[in-house]
Amino acid sequence: MRSDGSISIWFFIGVSLLVNGVLIFGAGLYQLSHPPAVKVVLYDYHANVWWGGVLLIIGLLYCLRYNPKRA
Amino acid sequence: MNLGMATITGDRLVHLAPVDLVIVVFYFVLVLAIGFYLKGRSNTGEDFFLAGREMTAWIAGLSFLSANLGALELMGWAAASYQYGILAAHWYWIGAIPAMLFLGLVMMPFYYISKTHSVPGYLKLRFGESSSVLSAVCFAFMTVLMSGINMYAMALVMKVVLGWDINFSIWVSSLTVAIYVTLGGLRSAIFNEVLQFILIWAGALVIPVMGLIEAGGWKALQLKVAQNASVEYTHLWSTLGSFKDNPMGIHWTGIVFGLGFVISFAYWTTDFLVVQRVLAAKDLRAAKMAPIIGAAFKMFVPFIVILPGLLGLAVLPVKLTGEAVAVATGGHSYNEVLPLMLARYCGPGLLGLGITALIAGFMSGMAGNVSAFSTVWTYDIYKALIKKKATDAHYVLMGRWSTILGVLISIGTAYLVMSFLSIMDYVQALFSFFVAPLFGTVILGMLWKRATAAGGFWGLLAGTVSSVGMWAWVKFDPTALRYVALSANAKDMAENMYRALWSWIICVVVTVVVSMATKPKPDSELVGLVYGATEIPSEAEVPLYHKPVFWAVVVTIVFIALNIIFW
Repeated sequence: MRSDGSISIWFFIGVSLLVNGVLIFGAGLYQLSHPPAVKVVLYDYHANVWWGGVLLIIGLLYCLRYNPKRA
Repeated sequence: MNLGMATITGDRLVHLAPVDLVIVVFYFVLVLAIGFYLKGRSNTGEDFFLAGREMTAWIAGLSFLSANLGALELMGWAAASYQYGILAAHWYWIGAIPAMLFLGLVMMPFYYISKTHSVPGYLKLRFGESSSVLSAVCFAFMTVLMSGINMYAMALVMKVVLGWDINFSIWVSSLTVAIYVTLGGLRSAIFNEVLQFILIWAGALVIPVMGLIEAGGWKALQLKVAQNASVEYTHLWSTLGSFKDNPMGIHWTGIVFGLGFVISFAYWTTDFLVVQRVLAAKDLRAAKMAPIIGAAFKMFVPFIVILPGLLGLAVLPVKLTGEAVAVATGGHSYNEVLPLMLARYCGPGLLGLGITALIAGFMSGMAGNVSAFSTVWTYDIYKALIKKKATDAHYVLMGRWSTILGVLISIGTAYLVMSFLSIMDYVQALFSFFVAPLFGTVILGMLWKRATAAGGFWGLLAGTVSSVGMWAWVKFDPTALRYVALSANAKDMAENMYRALWSWIICVVVTVVVSMATKPKPDSELVGLVYGATEIPSEAEVPLYHKPVFWAVVVTIVFIALNIIFW
């Protein structure tokens, strides 16, 4: 929803996904360099790296596409 | 206990890392920021109660679904799928999709063209004030009680899963909802519900993906479930020929007529909590498309709710039990299957997102309850019975105050439930008493010109009273189950479905009989309210792929295919 120059809900969603993506991706990278003593099941798949990366990319695209300054 | 999860500790199910806490706190900051941002855009009644009627079909559709996708819904149905198997998916497919499509294609034109602000508002236009006030009072009362019950249950989950203090969870989450709904009204609730919908998927999607990898795919999952539970747990319809052949103790007639017809249609087409989101659509076509978009997404919710429950049956090294046994033995209950699966696969960051998804689910449900309560209280009770003529600004102010009041009553209910746990069962039963007959009243009002004001009122009252009567009958004489649910082997869910079916039939019969004996309104007074007296705008010029009926057919084909695949 966007009217009269207001911020789109999709921009807020982009910000949310971007910030969460950065944090999860960062936590995943940290775990790669400092493997935990007790690991989650299927740790070797590094779900937080790829899922954080996916959220980061989608969030970035939404932030750019629905950036209020582009309106 | 080591369940193959990194983060389980003795006093709580999971332990959050600092990055997880940052993700949870960021979520709270963002929803409050949205509320403050929208504060200046809710000055008129139409803005505050109907979000200015400017939502696109996508926003209204996702919000429509999100208001229903509460945390208890997520955790409860994951638990049900662990307990009963894939039968729980019926609540997402036959128990939702046909009703949502029916709302979009058949009922939305009357809700939207009548320009009503609520479901009781429609009843007022169609049947007069008595039916409207009866439904408004029941809805307002029940919705805040339900909100409080959900609040308590969620706080309990946070205590078990995270070790958080119950008071902390209740006050922080409810005050956050109160702030953003009071500031921005329905628009703020809808904005946040869409955000919450995305976060729920983002947080929950990892579990089925990783779970299927661990189980070795769907076929391997079926084999493991058959070994650990029973082969019936992965079949949707083939075990419903007899009450005794399936874990739920239900017959296909109960699923098709009780759930698929009465309960589902009653909830999705007349519960104002969800219908309010669609009323905020920007035009009739968006209002018709919104439930269809909601249905398309609803079909895939089992992937993040039902599948984790089945995966729990297949891969968890411990057997989950009912709540009472879990408390007595110090084990884990069915209700913990989703957090257990979350902790099994999600390391730092992902765990925070998963917990945020649960909190988001809870808050979207609560925001739905209080925004619906605020509208019904202000327009259908306060304006109808207490102050008939006041300025628009006065009603907006009343809407803001009633939002706060709704939250406070919810908090009070949460504490009441904490002291008297059995209240929870009674209130949930009470809510079911009212919804099925209401569907009978609304559908006859929309489709039958001959239905009269007296018929509508007495039908609604008779349906509700008979529902209460059947519930009390079984409560005091359990052998009555064989009459109410058609079998002494029927379990709670089956009883609920048949009770809903009977109360709907009683409502319809009484409405018809009383209507035939009383004088109907002339056609001129039914314009915009009833089929046959209302001109529905033609869509002949609209391209096929923009037509709601086209997308409804697509959804129907996928719905049928899913039922056949998992037969």
